[in-house]
Amino acid sequence: MRHFVIVGILVIVMAILTYVGLDAVGLMPVEASLQAVSIDHLWNWQVIMMSFLFALIFVPLVYSLVVFRRRKGEIGDGEHFEGNTTLEITWTVLPLFAVLAFAYMGAYSLGEINRVDPDALSIKVKAQQFTWTFEYPEYGIISKELHLPVNQQMVLKMESGDVIHSFWVPEFRVKQDVVPGRVTEYRITPTLLGNYKVRCAELCGASHAYMINPVIVNTQADYDAWIAEQQAIAIASQTPEGKGQLLTVKNGCTGCHTVDGSKLVGPSWLGTYGSIRKFADGTSTVADDAYITESIRNPLAHEVAGFSPSTMPPYTLTDEEIANIIAYLKTLK
Amino acid sequence: MKKFLSTALMRGLFWQFVGTLLGAGLITGIRAALGLSVTDKFFFTEPAWVLGGFMGVLFFLGGNGSVSDWFKWARGIDTPEHHEERYSGWEKYFNVSLDHKVIGIQYIVTALLLISIGGLFALIFRTELAQSQLQFLTVDMKLFGQNGPQLYNTLMSLHGMIMIVSILLGIAGIINYVVPLMLGAQDMAFPRLNAFSYWVAVPAAVLLLMSLVLGGFGTGWTGYPPLSARAPVGVQMFFLGVFTAGWSSILGALNVLATVIRMRSKGMVAMRMPIFVWAAVATSIIALTATQLIGLSFQLVMFQRLFGMGFFDPAKGGNPVLFQHLFWFYSHPAVYVFVLPGLGVISELLPVFARKPLFGYRWVAMSSLGIALVGFVVWAHHMFTSGMNEYLRLPFMYSTLLVAIPTGVKFFSWVATLWKGKIVFPTPMLFVLGGIVVFLLGGLTGPPNATVSVDLHLHDTYFIVGHFHDTIFGGFVFPFFAALYYWFPKATGRRMNETLGKIHFWLMTPSFFVLTFGMMRIGLLGMRRRIVDYDPALGFDTTHLILTIAGYLIGLSVLIFIYNFFNSIKNGEIADGNVWNSRSPEWQVPSPMPTHNYDQPFEVVGEPYDYGLPGSKYVEFAAPAKSKHITKG
Repeated sequence: MRHFVIVGILVIVMAILTYVGLDAVGLMPVEASLQAVSIDHLWNWQVIMMSFLFALIFVPLVYSLVVFRRRKGEIGDGEHFEGNTTLEITWTVLPLFAVLAFAYMGAYSLGEINRVDPDALSIKVKAQQFTWTFEYPEYGIISKELHLPVNQQMVLKMESGDVIHSFWVPEFRVKQDVVPGRVTEYRITPTLLGNYKVRCAELCGASHAYMINPVIVNTQADYDAWIAEQQAIAIASQTPEGKGQLLTVKNGCTGCHTVDGSKLVGPSWLGTYGSIRKFADGTSTVADDAYITESIRNPLAHEVAGFSPSTMPPYTLTDEEIANIIAYLKTLK
Repeated sequence: MKKFLSTALMRGLFWQFVGTLLGAGLITGIRAALGLSVTDKFFFTEPAWVLGGFMGVLFFLGGNGSVSDWFKWARGIDTPEHHEERYSGWEKYFNVSLDHKVIGIQYIVTALLLISIGGLFALIFRTELAQSQLQFLTVDMKLFGQNGPQLYNTLMSLHGMIMIVSILLGIAGIINYVVPLMLGAQDMAFPRLNAFSYWVAVPAAVLLLMSLVLGGFGTGWTGYPPLSARAPVGVQMFFLGVFTAGWSSILGALNVLATVIRMRSKGMVAMRMPIFVWAAVATSIIALTATQLIGLSFQLVMFQRLFGMGFFDPAKGGNPVLFQHLFWFYSHPAVYVFVLPGLGVISELLPVFARKPLFGYRWVAMSSLGIALVGFVVWAHHMFTSGMNEYLRLPFMYSTLLVAIPTGVKFFSWVATLWKGKIVFPTPMLFVLGGIVVFLLGGLTGPPNATVSVDLHLHDTYFIVGHFHDTIFGGFVFPFFAALYYWFPKATGRRMNETLGKIHFWLMTPSFFVLTFGMMRIGLLGMRRRIVDYDPALGFDTTHLILTIAGYLIGLSVLIFIYNFFNSIKNGEIADGNVWNSRSPEWQVPSPMPTHNYDQPFEVVGEPYDYGLPGSKYVEFAAPAKSKHITKG
């Protein structure tokens, strides 16, 4: 009996210490959405349960190892008892209730984070190797940054251009895969102003680690200002260069090609136009209109030294679109 | 050297090479005749490599003699029931043997080799992760047609699959060696099938490693299409390798079930079988009936690539999410295939070292079956974020949480077994206890992943990686080492060095805790899994450096083990008696075990784990019989 009392007290102490310790460390990133609040609430209950169960097994285990060890010079075996049906039934049935309770809480929490606000604003998201593109259809804006107004439910309608990706902003908690051939929805209500990042969470290829775009939660006023500014840019960019730049964003070209000279999966575009391209087979050519057109429509035609062309799919763009892109490339010097 | 080159292993590898060239040559010839391209980036075209890889496996098995008895039977030639051993010493292990003990050791040594390769891969990519940015797996480096990040993805994917195959071989090894001895059988039910199951795994491992040099495959071991449909030709070798290794698992499981059903000694009713046998049965039920699904899912992607069948291609009416259902229908139960034998080892060894009966034998036995059966209906918890039908998420949450109940029964029973024992701590017991604590951490971090809304945060993060490694180290790696230390004297008549064993344990265990706690910590804070590089702004650099150091310490501890293992075969302390003072039948006869096991059959006359009950016996050997081998019904 004495053993049970000591172990009982130690289990309680250990459970409390474990929980307080884990809580003090701070396990989760900041909460920046309504959905995060609900998820963290359930998570907290789970940490309590984990702390308790850890203590419940770990304490009597360690206690036995210390108290019931064979001491020097001792021979013979332990006490002979083979089981106890009441105990077995107890530790089958009680966990069953715990399981049902957590399943219920899980279902409730899922319902909460999926709650639909009929006034939710919708944004189109396109994922492709290795970047995200955000389209605000009612304003005619296409952007590489996701701007969201605070305290307003947003629904992202997400599509993939190639393989499976997954939309994850750790501060928002929720994660949703983007699957080719279907539209998946991601519902979020940001609650905390700030700059975050969306990171692709499903392995999508060589540059998967770098499939990161900025997410900015603004006040309604700042958000409106940003929309107005982007609309102005969209109108101003009716020049061929402007249209070309927009095309490269829309088609996700910049997921692999930088405009600042740094190297990703594909060559940077800085200073490309008019330069001499060296190929893996030792030949070279001048990057003129014909070469760039070919590189877009049939990337496998040439293997630029140091790069693998098989990672780029062919793009079917009109002559006018390609002319616009070339106009844009000419500006990158 | 000449002897080594003429072993079945080397003959098999030679014929695999020939078969691969022939198969590839055949397709290349046909393509040339049709006017199609005959060479590609990796010399042969993809269809040529696939047929080559497949024929390589067939040639391996034909060439090394593991199927020759069946061919003889087909031609009407009789072969003796038991082959008398033609080889002795080390040669026995490199040639085809029908003895379950030899096959068990072949499995175990192959598993150790693969664990070393998989571990080496892990250390390579762990080194790259020690710091943010790319240090040596850079975009500019090139190896096997891959740049740094691509090579990282290949190594990370191969680490997963090589380790899975090594685990399957490791449990097959322990089961093969131990189960017939525990049952009192002379061998497995189908000795030739047993040899076949082992030997088919060897060309499978070769195929997996070939994928590394044929452009790799940066898809993860999960191989989700469309990514795997676009990967280099290496992914086909990966698919073929898994497909082939699956045969080993399925046929091995069939053999275990037949052996347990048909070949128990007199008096060994179901509820008097050693508890490890129950675990072997539970794991074999899963392996026999679920493995087909991973083979099938990979085969469908293979056909999508080869023949343009758009099973998972939305442009052709296919569905990428369907693949995930097929894949996880095996690949979730598979983790129970990995851990159930390990948990069985814990339940088997705990009474020996606590000197007390196993608490609640029937409940522990049934909990293994419970885990195995519930395990079949939980697969879609890997797909909570996948975009599958919303309503499916709830039933899978409930079923997944149910796994906690039989698992809990095991933990409570283990603690109650230790309670009021007379506990001793030789090396195998340390690994048993380490296994319990590590598996406890894996078990406790499981239910949060099962509750859908929390999983939407945890999915695809380092938290999952940490949780998974806890379950596998606790459920397989620690018990596997425990089993090797424990049964080593039975196999060799010598024991492994205790001091080195304890160094192995005390080096590996704390390092492992650091590794998985660190993984889970940064996973919660935003570290994704399967990335070659991470944002320095996240502030994970220090943690990752510590994780890398911990990884190296684990590697070092395993090297110490491997040295101890091979050194003790020749130089270990002689231990031919009942080293651990166990009641199990295999320890009642001198070690090492003779070729056809027990000279006299035994009869079960009591409970297996009645430690502390004076005068009780588990088995009684019959008086020396007149004729040596008694045939059983």
